[in-house]
Amino acid sequence: MADVALRKVVKRYDDVEAVRGIDLDIADHEFIVLVGPSGCGKSTTLRMIAGLEDISDGDIMIGGDIVNDVPPKDRDIAMVFQNYALYPHMTVAENMSFGLRLKHYPKAEIKARVTEAARLLDITDLIDRKPKQLSGGQRQRVAMGRAIVRNPKVFLFDEPLSNLDAKLRVQMRIEIKKVHQKVRTTTVYVTHDQVEAMTLADRVVVMNKGRIEQIGTPNELYHKPATRFVAGFIGSPAMNFIPCRLEDVGGTLQIRLTDRIAFPLPPARAARYNSLPRTDKLLLGLRPEHLTESHAHLEPGVETFDTVLDVTEPMGMETLVYFGLEGTPVCGRVNPNAGAKDGAPMRLAMDLNNMHLLNEATGAVL
Amino acid sequence: MADVALQPNRVGAAQPARKRSSLQKALKRKSTAAFLMTLPLIILITLLVLYPAFYSLHLATLNKSMQRFVGLGNFEFLFKRDTFWLVVKQSCIFAITAVLFKALIGFIVAHFVHNIPAKGQRKWRGMLLVPWVIPPAMSTLAWLWLFDPSYSAFNYTLSFFGIGPIPWTGDAAWARFSVILVNVWYGAPFFMIMYLASLKSVPDQLYEAAAIDGANWWQRIWYVTLPMMRNIIAITTLFSLIVTFANFDIVRILTAGGPLDHTHIFATWAFRIGIEGSDIPLGASVSLFMVPILAIAAIFILRDVNKRGNEA
Repeated sequence: MADVALRKVVKRYDDVEAVRGIDLDIADHEFIVLVGPSGCGKSTTLRMIAGLEDISDGDIMIGGDIVNDVPPKDRDIAMVFQNYALYPHMTVAENMSFGLRLKHYPKAEIKARVTEAARLLDITDLIDRKPKQLSGGQRQRVAMGRAIVRNPKVFLFDEPLSNLDAKLRVQMRIEIKKVHQKVRTTTVYVTHDQVEAMTLADRVVVMNKGRIEQIGTPNELYHKPATRFVAGFIGSPAMNFIPCRLEDVGGTLQIRLTDRIAFPLPPARAARYNSLPRTDKLLLGLRPEHLTESHAHLEPGVETFDTVLDVTEPMGMETLVYFGLEGTPVCGRVNPNAGAKDGAPMRLAMDLNNMHLLNEATGAVL
Repeated sequence: MADVALQPNRVGAAQPARKRSSLQKALKRKSTAAFLMTLPLIILITLLVLYPAFYSLHLATLNKSMQRFVGLGNFEFLFKRDTFWLVVKQSCIFAITAVLFKALIGFIVAHFVHNIPAKGQRKWRGMLLVPWVIPPAMSTLAWLWLFDPSYSAFNYTLSFFGIGPIPWTGDAAWARFSVILVNVWYGAPFFMIMYLASLKSVPDQLYEAAAIDGANWWQRIWYVTLPMMRNIIAITTLFSLIVTFANFDIVRILTAGGPLDHTHIFATWAFRIGIEGSDIPLGASVSLFMVPILAIAAIFILRDVNKRGNEA
């Protein structure tokens, strides 16, 4: 086991920069998830750590040693691929033991390690089958088994769950977490699914256009996003961004959303945003759960307004309501018993204690 | 249908209607439709394959003048002749050596072509296929000139290095080498293109997984490429073995079986005896002798393919 460090790592393809100078420190035993939309450079970064892609610039260190020119087989890493990449002509046991056999481990030790990994992943019964005779979830377990038996310094996962159906994905997500709790190997996990990122990671690295947007624990990213991209990417349904401006009315700072709708800011927020120029074009960032149905006893900082709903989506435990604020589509989350109906008027409450204010031009969270 | 329905006499109409519907039912049955669709091919195979095959079986049992039934007499006669066993030996050496080298060269070249960037690959693929698309009778004539003992390009070039002149088609060993060389030159592109197609179907991630598992270049070929290509290799080898065993044109044009029958293979010797020697029954017997040899090879190779068929 080891820590991993990336220092100003760059990857260029001809004249396209896929990864633009990434700095990242991954501690020993840590579970790091790289998340971002397709083409953001997350898979390329993972493949550079694996040694499957050369790096154009910068340094990659595993366990303190620079591994820029070390071939994959000498980096002591194990990787789980999106389509599992199991050898179709080998049985499960042969697949799992392939790396050990190449390194001429004693037969008894190979058998012990494979048996242990199979037990851990609950695939003992499948050990003599060929990959073709396995379901997607079972293949995924075998691919993880192949990584575990090697007992490598680092696990690399490249979107391992994207080929599974939704139910199995949730199940395997828990399995991966359990396995990591048991083996504690440093893990770098790539996904485009922010739910996977949030649920698995010790720390999440949000990437966009070849750069790191923000690194933080799932909670930090959710509650204190640094940029508009992170704020919009993390959380489902996504955070609402409503054009707004700040106004001074009778000594209090208020936020104006439309000609009709303007609210005084809660004192803590007002103090924070008071220094901002009133002329700036701003965005109010508000998560759907902070736009709920109105009720009698509202906390300070929670303001109500009336709107007409466009569409409602009953989800069972909650109902998502969609409406427009001067052309901007907005999503709220209300109690299923609040009586939200398609096309019906509704009074909603906006929790400004949890608001974010963003600069529209730079995307920075203020 | 309409005219039947319009007939006033319903009892009379019922009979043909039932007949027609049973015909329709038969036509609708999948097996009948399948049989009808394959019928043209069945007729073609019967005319072009089955009839000649049984006719040659029949021929092989006749005497030289094709007047009298001699049973297995022709085979008895053949087994006693040294030339026959020489031809058997030569056919086996010829086919096995040629197929081995064709497969080896095809495999190596396929790897090179596979690693050429996609842009230039088509050009190379096209050029490398040229030997295979030229009619072998034509290209073998060119080789014949190249092999000419007194004024050929080969011996002329070698003379600068103080080598030769080499009797390319005049000496038994060299003549065998030459026919095999031309056959390999002609057949290797077929292996190349088959292996290339098969190489392209091996997912890159398997190589990446193997690289991470610690496999070096050679181990990746041995543990990933070869097992993944196994079926294609087996089928291509069988196909080429059959074609090479039955080869006629290259040997016929290059050496005509000489010197002293030392390059004769089944087809050329059958031609020599049957057509040139006017003993058609004996010629048929020689060519029939290929069947059991190839059948055994086919059984072994196809059994292996069947066994692995359900893996990939």
